[in-house]
Amino acid sequence: MGCIEELKYEVLLSQVSFRECREYVKEHFREWYEVEPGYRIFDSYIIGLPPIFIGVEGNAVFFPYTKPCHGTFLLRIDSPEEVERLRKMKPKKKR
Amino acid sequence: MTMGTEGAGQGGKTALLLLGCPEVPVQMGIALYLAGRLGKDGYGVTVAGNPSVIQLARVSDPDQHYVKKVMNLEKAMADLIEGRVHPDLVVAFAHNDAGIAYAATVRHVFKSRLCLIIFGREAEELATLADFDCEKIVEKAVHNPGLLKKKIDVVFGWAASKS
Repeated sequence: MGCIEELKYEVLLSQVSFRECREYVKEHFREWYEVEPGYRIFDSYIIGLPPIFIGVEGNAVFFPYTKPCHGTFLLRIDSPEEVERLRKMKPKKKR
Repeated sequence: MTMGTEGAGQGGKTALLLLGCPEVPVQMGIALYLAGRLGKDGYGVTVAGNPSVIQLARVSDPDQHYVKKVMNLEKAMADLIEGRVHPDLVVAFAHNDAGIAYAATVRHVFKSRLCLIIFGREAEELATLADFDCEKIVEKAVHNPGLLKKKIDVVFGWAASKS
């Protein structure tokens, strides 16, 4: 996972399909942001099929992380900076 | 276009092969085949994959007849996303959902020729997910690469003439 491995993260979903991860973010978060494939986050890049959603709750971001052999994981990392960056850059989508 | 000046083949062209998880046997055989044929066609070929893929490539081809250059998959994706490399051709391998996600990301950042090889037991189902612009080669190959090789030969113009 490169630099992400060095951060404190929580795994919400493990070894799911990209679509399952996307639907989970839409269904479980009141606030989420659409990003493009290759979006840079924590010195890594989001791999995925558009549309790609990043959930936000408090100071935490929830984003897909895809590995070739293990599918997609939904990770949570606390980062007020990343939350702020998303809120500034992207039109908000809220339920 | 080149992947950096050291990457070009005799024809001045470069190709990047993006391999997925090596658990399906046909992948490495097809990758070696493609690397060899593309090399003969004048491409400088780089094979990118996870550490297991790179070890498989090096052990299978110890004298580097077919695979001259290898690269970590994450580094290759970072280079494509950041525009640090501009290969003439990318061939992506997919036998699972993750492989399609990687190919979709490549398509988003890379505007030249993208060929997507979808194989394995779920090949046809996976192919329906790949609804982005690319040349798709789909075959339910797991152990035997014969039919997949035939389709690749047609797409790349290597099929023997019947005339």
